[in-house]
Amino acid sequence: MGPANKGEIIEKLQKQILSMQGFRETAAQGVNTGLGALEMAFPNSVFPTGAIHEFLSPAAEHAAATTGFMAGLLGRLVGQTGICLWIGARRTVFAPALKIFGIDPDQVIFIDLIREKDVLWTIEEALKCDAVSVVVGELNGITFTESRRLQLAVEQSKVTGLMHCFNPLKINHTTAVARWKITSLASIMEEGMPGVGYPRWSVELLKIRNGKPGIWELEWSSGQFRNLDKPNPVVEIPFGRTA
Amino acid sequence: MTDWFVRHNPGLQDEPFVLVAPDRGRVIIKAASPAAGVLGIEPGMVVADARAILPSLQVFNEETSRKDKLLNELAEWCIRYTPIVALDTSDGLILDISGCAHLWGGERQYLKEIIAKLKSFGYQVRAAIADTIGACWAIARYGRLTAIIEPGMQAEALLPLPPVALRLDTNVLERMHKLGFYQIRSFVSMPHNALKRRFGPILLEKLAQALGEVEETIQPIRPVQPYQERLPSLEPIRTAAGIEIALKDLLEALCIRLLQEGKGLRKAIFKGCRVDGKMQQIEIGTNHPTRNVSHLFKLFELKINTIRPGLGLELFLLEAPVVEILSMEQETLWNITKGSANKVVMNLLDRIGVRVGINAIHRYLPDEHHWPERSVRLAASLQEKNPLIWRTDLPRPVCLLPLPERIEVTAPIPDYPPMLFRYKGKVHKVRKADGPERIEQEWWLEQGLHRDYYCVEDDTGARYWLFRLGNYGEDKPEWFVHGFFA
Repeated sequence: MGPANKGEIIEKLQKQILSMQGFRETAAQGVNTGLGALEMAFPNSVFPTGAIHEFLSPAAEHAAATTGFMAGLLGRLVGQTGICLWIGARRTVFAPALKIFGIDPDQVIFIDLIREKDVLWTIEEALKCDAVSVVVGELNGITFTESRRLQLAVEQSKVTGLMHCFNPLKINHTTAVARWKITSLASIMEEGMPGVGYPRWSVELLKIRNGKPGIWELEWSSGQFRNLDKPNPVVEIPFGRTA
Repeated sequence: MTDWFVRHNPGLQDEPFVLVAPDRGRVIIKAASPAAGVLGIEPGMVVADARAILPSLQVFNEETSRKDKLLNELAEWCIRYTPIVALDTSDGLILDISGCAHLWGGERQYLKEIIAKLKSFGYQVRAAIADTIGACWAIARYGRLTAIIEPGMQAEALLPLPPVALRLDTNVLERMHKLGFYQIRSFVSMPHNALKRRFGPILLEKLAQALGEVEETIQPIRPVQPYQERLPSLEPIRTAAGIEIALKDLLEALCIRLLQEGKGLRKAIFKGCRVDGKMQQIEIGTNHPTRNVSHLFKLFELKINTIRPGLGLELFLLEAPVVEILSMEQETLWNITKGSANKVVMNLLDRIGVRVGINAIHRYLPDEHHWPERSVRLAASLQEKNPLIWRTDLPRPVCLLPLPERIEVTAPIPDYPPMLFRYKGKVHKVRKADGPERIEQEWWLEQGLHRDYYCVEDDTGARYWLFRLGNYGEDKPEWFVHGFFA
């Protein structure tokens, strides 16, 4: 068996593994999240839908930034007719502001619970329901066992779950496909102009299964993500596309 | 009608008062209390005329449809006396008492009982028993001698009554009055064709009905059967499997009835009577009317383990206290279009609602208010369409505190954004700021000071929505943080 042949086989096997893990083959099938260069970090450079994403907000002031980023993703993932469930205790998200991030607030059904136990149960039930497009969960933290249950639920239904962990006491090992950390950055205004500019975030992809983690700077302007100058460029050859 | 009013306002007992409603630009008396009636104030008069008779007359507005509702309720109550009760021209009830009176010990006791019962509620009523509906109507309203007309005696009883007792039109009555027919006796023996020529066929028909020569039918009211199914069991049931079988049977029976009537249930209660006389019950609610056995069963299934069968359950009851119309088309339409996805979501929400309470589920629609707390309203249902558009022209924070929280600020007066503020014990230096956006309190809803909102960004890049309540100088303004921008 020649070396070229070997490379081909490995590539094929990698693709097989990816598809077995639930990653779509080509970009055409995936959802365009408008994340620009950030998408290169994902396996097959497609935002992994039908999986659990974990968002960490260790400090309270980042929760709003994370919520904004999640809302921006929701707008693309849910589409015109989809239904999104927003499940959590102590919800603060203000429905009319979601429109700014491209999702109609009436497409979102909020479930406001009191007990953390109910939150997990409800999220799991919602993730099992394939008629829902996206489930947003707001939790204190998530343990490995819990994340595994959620992962099993989405494997059947192909629902995307965005789990927002407010104050993870310790960062557990979880089965989530990606772990994000969003922090707000000072907005940019033209020299000498007063006022507050567009929302701007530092988006950290701490962990991505089969992808390349990295840090990006994103801005939300005129209804879409805009990738700003990368402080830490991570344009590498993604899996499945050997040079 | 006035009796009902007195029941709800006991202070008006023995007071002259009237209930009025506007009619063709005038305010007409619809009902007068007995005390007012004594003074000659009658229904149909204009309020101004009645006031001329009695300046201290009390006037209340009549609720439309209250009268029909009251009469309907009374009719349903009267079903305790006979199974056939009908409403009669908006001010009376007709009871078909064939074969019922002996249960109360004869017609006299029967009538006494009804009148006494109604009187104890506070209703002044007149009643009569006769062979025909027409005669009964006449005696109850215009009869003076006796309330019970022996079989076959209605002709004699009717003779001294005025022609109005025959349920005739006003123009027929006026013509009779002109011709001097003050009593039924004066024209009852006249040739029929002469009467017909002068007063029309309606007089003959009413006369014949009153005398029992022509049959008259009534439309009995039908009390709503409660949606309830029961299932007794031969042996007391103790196992969950047994309870499930009983529940399934009951659900099937109930859903068949709902299907026939085109209804769907919103709330159901499943009860089990224990051998020791105690009752066990579980309750479910749904987000939209449904009559799907398997879905309802799933909802109950979540709660079956809360039933304590004890020594065994011997009777199962399934009740649906809240039902709504669910048409057939609706159901089929739901299944073929994208509604089927919707339905799956509804079923999911039902399950969630059963577990955590239906009040936890919210969906918002925009409302036309600038005040941030009022700019959204809860959607009445999960299918309700959005009639307005969501506004994006003004900055609104992605996270909004349920209640604004007080902050301490250093701000140049009169209306500049703060230079720094202290929130939760931490000082934030403001780097960038936008505003103010003044939002006035809606005075027709609530009184209060206006809010001047500022978007500010601190040195870490976090963005806040702050507001100042009131103005410097006139009020003592306080600063609050109300939300967080992304």
